[in-house]
Amino acid sequence: MFQFINTLLIGITAGSIYSLMAIAIVLVWRSTRVVNFAQGGLALASSFVGASILAREISFWIALPLAMFAGALFSALTEYFLLRPLLKRSGDKGEEIFLPIIATLGLLGIIKTILNFTYGDRIGSIPPPISDRGFVVSGQVIALSPMRVLILGIVLVLMVLLTYLFQRTNLGLSLRASSYAPEISRLAGVRVDLIRTAGWAISGAAGAAAGILQTTNGSGAISPESFEFSLLLVFGFVAAVIGGIESLIGAVLGGLTLGIILAFILMYIGGSLVFFSAFLILIVILIVRPQGIIGVKGGRRA
Amino acid sequence: MTLTVSELTIHHGAICAINNVSFSVAKGQLTAVIGANGAGKTTLLRALSGLNKSTQGHATWNEHNLLHSKPESIVRHGVSHVSEGKAVIPELTVNENLELGAIWRKNKQEARETKEQITSIFPRLGERLSQRADSLSGGERQMLAIGRALMSKPQLLLLDEPSLGLAPLVIEQIFQTIRDLTTSMGLTVVLVEQNAMGALKIADFGVVLNLGKVAVTGTTQSLMADPQVRAAYLGY
Repeated sequence: MFQFINTLLIGITAGSIYSLMAIAIVLVWRSTRVVNFAQGGLALASSFVGASILAREISFWIALPLAMFAGALFSALTEYFLLRPLLKRSGDKGEEIFLPIIATLGLLGIIKTILNFTYGDRIGSIPPPISDRGFVVSGQVIALSPMRVLILGIVLVLMVLLTYLFQRTNLGLSLRASSYAPEISRLAGVRVDLIRTAGWAISGAAGAAAGILQTTNGSGAISPESFEFSLLLVFGFVAAVIGGIESLIGAVLGGLTLGIILAFILMYIGGSLVFFSAFLILIVILIVRPQGIIGVKGGRRA
Repeated sequence: MTLTVSELTIHHGAICAINNVSFSVAKGQLTAVIGANGAGKTTLLRALSGLNKSTQGHATWNEHNLLHSKPESIVRHGVSHVSEGKAVIPELTVNENLELGAIWRKNKQEARETKEQITSIFPRLGERLSQRADSLSGGERQMLAIGRALMSKPQLLLLDEPSLGLAPLVIEQIFQTIRDLTTSMGLTVVLVEQNAMGALKIADFGVVLNLGKVAVTGTTQSLMADPQVRAAYLGY
């Protein structure tokens, strides 16, 4: 029972971070219909920005928003200089629709090379800002630590902010309208191109937050060849697919579901099966329920 | 305040969809653009709102050049376009669809007043503000599409086949609403229609397009009396 609850706590914390990454992927998908494989690289670059700030003995509470800002900037620049010209070119010519997706793969390589070149073998570090020792409940140390509570708190605050942004503001209405019906949105006066860049920027900020939290929740160290960030991209993508790739709520539920399932596999079956299981879930969902766990068959959801 | 289209030509690849079209619409007039399928009606309308690129010619509204502008800038100059086929966003609520039409307006108080005005013209929309647009009937969706366009407080309204796919009784109601709106709000309207009879009944002027060219123009009385127009488009 004790181990069961611990596993659940580990799963929920990890899952909340996958949710953030899934949100980043969903936001890009909804604004430009592109799966951004560079998302992991952008998150890694933003996390390096965070680590560099922390290395100057500056507070985590300044480093996190600055890293998110850097993530927003990197992502917006990617949309503006890479995706926009490619999408204009590919237009509705079917044979070229893979161009933007392949371009994001290329960008991933470029980001890693630049990071390697800049940081070399040096390893960035994002130590937990508060204690990561588990709370003691009736004499036993549980998997929930102040740091994990903080992670859950940060993710929750970001979700509330995003929900408010999407449901209650003009920017949110423009983002949703542009993703569903760009032509009607333009006729209504929405500057759809600008809104797309904004969607990418928000996605970049969410990805950066996911990167920082993933690092603190894990080893605390990042390197340009970080395997953890490849995992983060894969898990974020699987979580987004579980949620139906269109839906922000779906992304959150998908992240938590995946986090919990993987934690149980790690604890009760074995670590070597985690990666395998994530891909298995991805394939099963794509075959059995491509609209995701909350999606409506053939329909689109907010 | 006139809409002036002169010598407008639009190519889709090798096909000439609009060929040297000229006409003008005076303020407060309802002009029906009629013609068969493929006559170029939708292409013409989409060029006026910036959705289609033109090849040659001019089109101005209030001295504002409509041809080399983007749709999002044209709407800011008082031109609203309701595209073909109940142009609402089904995933958004009725209220959000309406709000979208006023999203660029700075004065939110005025936008609220416009919304009150629209929900009093279309009480069915007022009753369903929090419902998703895909829960509406076809006629209600068309009213929502028009309502959204009116939220931009346009002086010129471009309507693309509002009767498409609607039941005859609903069509009659939509046409009557368009006529009433033109008069009561002092709008200038360009109505593109395949339903020539219905459109000419409510319009002041008519433009008949045939294979991308203007075949005849004139007051609706003169067009309805024209034996050729009657035989080709009105069916009697």
